[in-house]
Amino acid sequence: MVISVLRNHTERIRPPRALHCEFPLGRPLGVPGEPAFQRRVLDAAFGLLKSKEGPVLEDFPEVIEDSADEPLSCAIPPRTDESLAPAIDEARGLRKAYNRALERNGRTNVGRLADADGIEGLLESLIKVANGEDLKEAGFPSGTIIEATKDLMSYYEEAASALVDHIPAARAAESWFFKETAAGAVLLEAKAKLKEAEWPAWMFITSMNQ
Amino acid sequence: MADKAIRKWVADRPVPEFDSTPFVEAPPLSECTVAIVTTAGLRRDGDTGWGKQDASFRVFERAERDIKLGHPSPNFDRSGYAADMNVVYPIDRLEEMAAEGIIGGVAPQHLTFMGAQDETMNTMRMDTGPAAAKILKDGGVNVVILTPV
Repeated sequence: MVISVLRNHTERIRPPRALHCEFPLGRPLGVPGEPAFQRRVLDAAFGLLKSKEGPVLEDFPEVIEDSADEPLSCAIPPRTDESLAPAIDEARGLRKAYNRALERNGRTNVGRLADADGIEGLLESLIKVANGEDLKEAGFPSGTIIEATKDLMSYYEEAASALVDHIPAARAAESWFFKETAAGAVLLEAKAKLKEAEWPAWMFITSMNQ
Repeated sequence: MADKAIRKWVADRPVPEFDSTPFVEAPPLSECTVAIVTTAGLRRDGDTGWGKQDASFRVFERAERDIKLGHPSPNFDRSGYAADMNVVYPIDRLEEMAAEGIIGGVAPQHLTFMGAQDETMNTMRMDTGPAAAKILKDGGVNVVILTPV
């Protein structure tokens, strides 16, 4: 059976059994860190097996919206080295928080193009793109900038979750990253430059609402 | 509310449409072996990344937990998975349900594809999909739960 996240698509594809869950995209089981909620979703999904004919499409009764409009309230590290670009100084200041998140979660989404030790290098390259430098010359051959942006965003989001000491609501940490941090500003400027240069995948640099 | 805009943006995208829906009845749930198939584009360290419209799949063993989110799209939340993989890949929930006898068992292997495919999904329908189904059938799977992001 399918946990449906796009009802319109599920209605047209018509899989045998689907439970539509109007939850934040990226959280098909609804709530991270809440096993009881996840079990309710699975119970409802497995309940569809009782149907004798299909296709079956039912709605999970609870709706959860994302919190992109409410950026996480999270501290930004103070400047500690004026010789560094603000975003690099900032990323360095978040390292201990990132390490705490890694220890707590036991895993990280950082590591597609670079691990945590490589985040400053990624930022150096992204700053070059934000300043209008060619992607390849900046250190991002063949679309690797897209992987780099996910590493950077994951590093910041995971560090933020340790700083606030709870699991952020969906998209709240992402909004904090783009609205409050120097690295977010670099990424938005890099996206603007790539759009201006008509690089075809510019819209995959950030989510469409940023 | 970013998701409302994204859902609206993709609502009219072409998707595969079929004249009929295959439908079979499953054995009682307490006798079913359950597998997870997600389109979250999960990955291990050292895996090849997911390319544009990559229609391949990866296999994870039942006991594996060091699994990262690898889907390249920026248009979904990543912070939930970082804190609790079960919100996408509910492997611990399945283990609990098996221990309680609610499901018959947890499959020995689970799969990930990457969502955001071309509208025909030709490779997945003709090649990688059947190959993935064979792995599940060989593992004695009766029920699959599909989790997109």
